[in-house]
Amino acid sequence: MFSYCTDPSTLDGLAWLSCYLTTGKQFLFYTSFGTVLVLLFITAPVALAFGFGGAIAARSRIAPLRWIGKTYIAMVRGVPDIVYFMFFVIALDQGLEWLRHKWKCPDWDAPIRQGSDFLVCAEAKLPLSSSPQIWHEIYNFSLAVFTFGIVFGAFSANVLYGAMRAVPHAQIETAEAYGMSPRQSFWRVLVPQMWMYALPGLSNLWMILIKATPLLFLLGVEDIVYWARELGGTANPRFTAYPHGDWRLWYFLALLVFYLLFTRLSEVVLARITRRLSHGQAVLGGAQRETAA
Amino acid sequence: MTCWETIGAYAFRSLGYGERLLPRSDFTLCQQFTLIGSGMIWNVYYGVLALAFGFVFAISLALAKNARPAVLRKPAEWFVFVFRGSPLFIQFFLAYFLFQALKQVSPVFDPLTSAALGALIVLFLNTAAYSGEIFLGALRSVPAGDIDAADAYGMTGWTRFRRVLFPTMLRLGWPAYTNEAIFLFHATTLVFFSGFPAWQQKGDALYYARYFADKTFNPFIPYPIVAFYFVLLTLAVIGLFGWINARLNRHLPQEQRRRIRVRPQLIR
Amino acid sequence: MKKLTIPAAALATALAGAAMAQDVVRLGTEGAYPPWNFINDAGEVDGFERELGDELCKRAELTCTWVTNDWDSIIPNLVSGNYDAIMAGMSVTDERDAVIDFTQAYTPADPSKYISLSEDMDVETAVVAAQTNTIQAAFVADQGWTLVEFPTPEETIQAVRDGEADVVLADGSYLDAAAAENDDLYLLERIEKIGGGVAVGLRESDGDLRAALDAAIQSMKDDGTLNAMIEKWEVATLW
Repeated sequence: MFSYCTDPSTLDGLAWLSCYLTTGKQFLFYTSFGTVLVLLFITAPVALAFGFGGAIAARSRIAPLRWIGKTYIAMVRGVPDIVYFMFFVIALDQGLEWLRHKWKCPDWDAPIRQGSDFLVCAEAKLPLSSSPQIWHEIYNFSLAVFTFGIVFGAFSANVLYGAMRAVPHAQIETAEAYGMSPRQSFWRVLVPQMWMYALPGLSNLWMILIKATPLLFLLGVEDIVYWARELGGTANPRFTAYPHGDWRLWYFLALLVFYLLFTRLSEVVLARITRRLSHGQAVLGGAQRETAA
Repeated sequence: MTCWETIGAYAFRSLGYGERLLPRSDFTLCQQFTLIGSGMIWNVYYGVLALAFGFVFAISLALAKNARPAVLRKPAEWFVFVFRGSPLFIQFFLAYFLFQALKQVSPVFDPLTSAALGALIVLFLNTAAYSGEIFLGALRSVPAGDIDAADAYGMTGWTRFRRVLFPTMLRLGWPAYTNEAIFLFHATTLVFFSGFPAWQQKGDALYYARYFADKTFNPFIPYPIVAFYFVLLTLAVIGLFGWINARLNRHLPQEQRRRIRVRPQLIR
Repeated sequence: MKKLTIPAAALATALAGAAMAQDVVRLGTEGAYPPWNFINDAGEVDGFERELGDELCKRAELTCTWVTNDWDSIIPNLVSGNYDAIMAGMSVTDERDAVIDFTQAYTPADPSKYISLSEDMDVETAVVAAQTNTIQAAFVADQGWTLVEFPTPEETIQAVRDGEADVVLADGSYLDAAAAENDDLYLLERIEKIGGGVAVGLRESDGDLRAALDAAIQSMKDDGTLNAMIEKWEVATLW
């Protein structure tokens, strides 16, 4: 990085550190923070969308749809999220490739499962094995987003379902008295008011989401925990110009500080949003809102 | 080996009893169910003990955070902030480092690096921070009338806390505390995942599930088995906590009793 | 091993055309096992296997890219097709051979060694640390000794330093590198001959790729370049 970094073994103190902290490997660590943040900001709306779908399904008048919605909501209660992370990605990957395989190579007559191999035709590979590495990374990243989205969507479905029920029933009755159809009263009366009740629960969910990100490495994303382990480990002078002992403690302390700052910042911002949204709403502050959380 | 023999050999493998060698080939469903079930012993152990100890500490934290003197309030606030603001995964990792360092100081600290004690301490502190926050919320929503009534009866200090504040706080906080209990059990799966090593292949449910996934190269059987066991465990927790909830509310008229709505509010 | 039925093989060739040379072969590695494979200061995969893999691809006229993957899930991700070959210091064992295919070995079996803080240590009564899911971990469990498992090789050595474990059992080349660097760690005289040589792991259905890599390894053995590379990185004994 810096011009004086050509021979690190002659450096010491801050000069050495400045070179060490600007190697290509360190930059992979820094960018992984970006990866985690981008993933969080993409996952949140995805999870919300899944949640919204789940909540609507759980309220549906059609029984099978309602069962699906309720099962989806119940899913995260019974089973630790980590268990889903352990096999969702491979399941999704194989599922998608299987669908593409059916569509792209209808003449293929060899079995897809050969022993332990999962074999689809070359056109059905996702992404194609000839595509550049960046596409593979984007694909992995999307699978991770999708997995997080499904699992945390179940959490948010639960929150939104509760919030929809918290909107006073009289509001809907009034809307119907004005001649609105169920669809109209849902979109024009229920949904706009629901957010207020859902906000505390959703804020909580955002915190949960932040704290679940160390598990990203399970989904094949090289995240901050992966790099903290990799960079913190003892560096042997045979293989690096910057040898050092076991520094994992320092790297993990850095992660701790990052998470504490990030959750604190989120808390402040969310509190501000809540205050702004409750402006002019017919909600009696905390007591009533808590019932919806 | 018949399934009965397998159960005999592996039912307590996670504690170190029975067959020493884990299955190496020709994996059967029965082996997977038995060993993963055996691992569940540890999940239950961590969950039950952390909750039991954490409950007492959580109430102290809630009272400390509610206290006026900064000497009491500030440390409690920081404690709760650190444990609620960071992922449990990182907490396990750092705790393991800390325990290793303590071990160098004096052999008294030796047992801390074992998962059975070290991880339990982390889980205990973690659940105390989360439930402390729940009980603080409940404490602050004890109706003012209850306190006035206690004052009118001439109750003060400990008596007032024991007979009025504590029961009401518990009653109000219980539904949220039930959620915390459920998610604490879920969190126990992280123990052998970051930091703490497994000795003699004695691990929790997820440890054995990973073992099978690694040996059979098929994740679609062992992980759903873990899921199955956890659904059972969650139902048991809901049942037990629901029963306690009913007892806490038994003096109230039927229609005022608050049913527990299981809501995934808290996780780490 | 040849499970591809004839029409399917014909179809595969027809679909891929003669395009195998243009196809990108993705090589999976762990990136945390020096001198075999590691991430260098520039953030790229480096080490013996990087150099070897690139040379093999050149000789087999393949275009190759490198991918890193956790050791834990390195085989499941191969069979589900996220990359096409594993070069990660992986010894051939019966268990692995049942699930994936191997080329011929590119290094001879590397005897496993012990490393410890004291020179006279009875490994049979000691606490032995090993990386989870390695042949060494399986070996210690088989012997009925006291085994403690860690997710990375780094952590096993740290455990010995901290007194958590008494000895580490791992591949000789890895421990040689560690012992050379640390004055407080001693290699024990006892060695264990476990596992076969190290080879490229492939899906059982990838016969063509296997043949191509096999030929490339053979040509490197024949002209002595493989031995030179082994010597340079000090990964194993020579052929």
